[in-house]
Amino acid sequence: MFDDRSPIYRQIADQIKADVLRGVLGDDEQVMSTNQYAAYYRINPATAAKAFQHLVDEEVIYKRRGVGMFVNPGARQRLREQRRERFFADVLEPMVAEARDLEIPAADLVARIHQLTDPGAAR
Amino acid sequence: MTPSIQISDLQVRYGDTVALHDIALDLPGGKIYGLLGRNGAGKTTLLSAVAGFRKPSAGSVRLGGEPVFENPRNTTRICLITEGGGVGDSTDNLRDVLDMARMLRPGWDDKYAEELLERFALPRKKSLGALSRGQRSAFGVVVGLASRAPLTMFDEAHLGMDAPTRRLFLDELLRDYVATQRTFVISTHLIEEQSPVFERVLILHEGRVMLHEELDELRSRGVSVTGPSAVVDDFVFGLTVLGEERLGPTKRVMVYGTLAEDSVRAARTHGLELGPVALQDLFIHLTGGVA
Repeated sequence: MFDDRSPIYRQIADQIKADVLRGVLGDDEQVMSTNQYAAYYRINPATAAKAFQHLVDEEVIYKRRGVGMFVNPGARQRLREQRRERFFADVLEPMVAEARDLEIPAADLVARIHQLTDPGAAR
Repeated sequence: MTPSIQISDLQVRYGDTVALHDIALDLPGGKIYGLLGRNGAGKTTLLSAVAGFRKPSAGSVRLGGEPVFENPRNTTRICLITEGGGVGDSTDNLRDVLDMARMLRPGWDDKYAEELLERFALPRKKSLGALSRGQRSAFGVVVGLASRAPLTMFDEAHLGMDAPTRRLFLDELLRDYVATQRTFVISTHLIEEQSPVFERVLILHEGRVMLHEELDELRSRGVSVTGPSAVVDDFVFGLTVLGEERLGPTKRVMVYGTLAEDSVRAARTHGLELGPVALQDLFIHLTGGVA
């Protein structure tokens, strides 16, 4: 579930953000409690709590005292904007670099991207 | 509410051998501590001293402000399950051991003990000697958890346990910890498997405390730097290097510490790859590496 390297709290926070981004967790939807999370993934509850605190600070989730934690409306949009900014540097550039190493022509990449994003047009 | 542990200037000697040197630790209650160390590092001696089983040669161990040694108030608050679940003689029935624990332990939870026996599929009527090594360890876990002692310590509780039983141990430990918020100290060699349940990690090395750190802090402590040998050598100059590996013209160096932002940027511009270091690798390198 978790890799054995980077801090666990960061991995949890990233997972929850990914769920929000994909819409698996919707606006105002409740997320698992710290203890549920700890039991499910066999991690220390304090580590899980740290991840949640991190997400509260980043306004991805909000706390309702005595009830639990919920997805902040607007979090999905904000995460999208953050990810978009980093997308080219984090995803596209390494991909293009690897394609160059493999001698895959740029035209092939573009064609494949068109195919994936608009399957109907390829026919 | 959960008493904290204060260890000051603790020294334990066996004849001429000093097993523990000047241990000073302040451990707030209500956390799960992982105690790591190589064979012979002093883990068992430290646990025995904290449990009050062993008189310190110098210094003191206190629980909730009171000494642990020869102090009945603390004896009943501490439960140490020694290596491989040493909770009685081989001729004792499991039933007898549980009866004894019920008498000695003010917080003993009978219902919970029964539940745990079921979960670990342990036969009540057998004698300890008739159990397998893994079953004895599991029974130790049952006694430790059902003791509900404010300070419960397991010395290599996993010895001989198969993988499903080890997983059950972690599950039950967490379940009980969430319910009771008592203090656990767990010594282990199964670093990757068990460390995620720890809040803090203690590394004992040659009778001294090498490190006492939050688990996630420690996990972000190591950085691996990979790239062409000469470039890597230049980059790590002046940093704390724990170890290195070579693969043809490529070199990977493990560095202890956190890199400053401009170092991270410099690494990128020099085409070096930075990555985290697994806790087990960090442990191996910190405690002397492999010969």
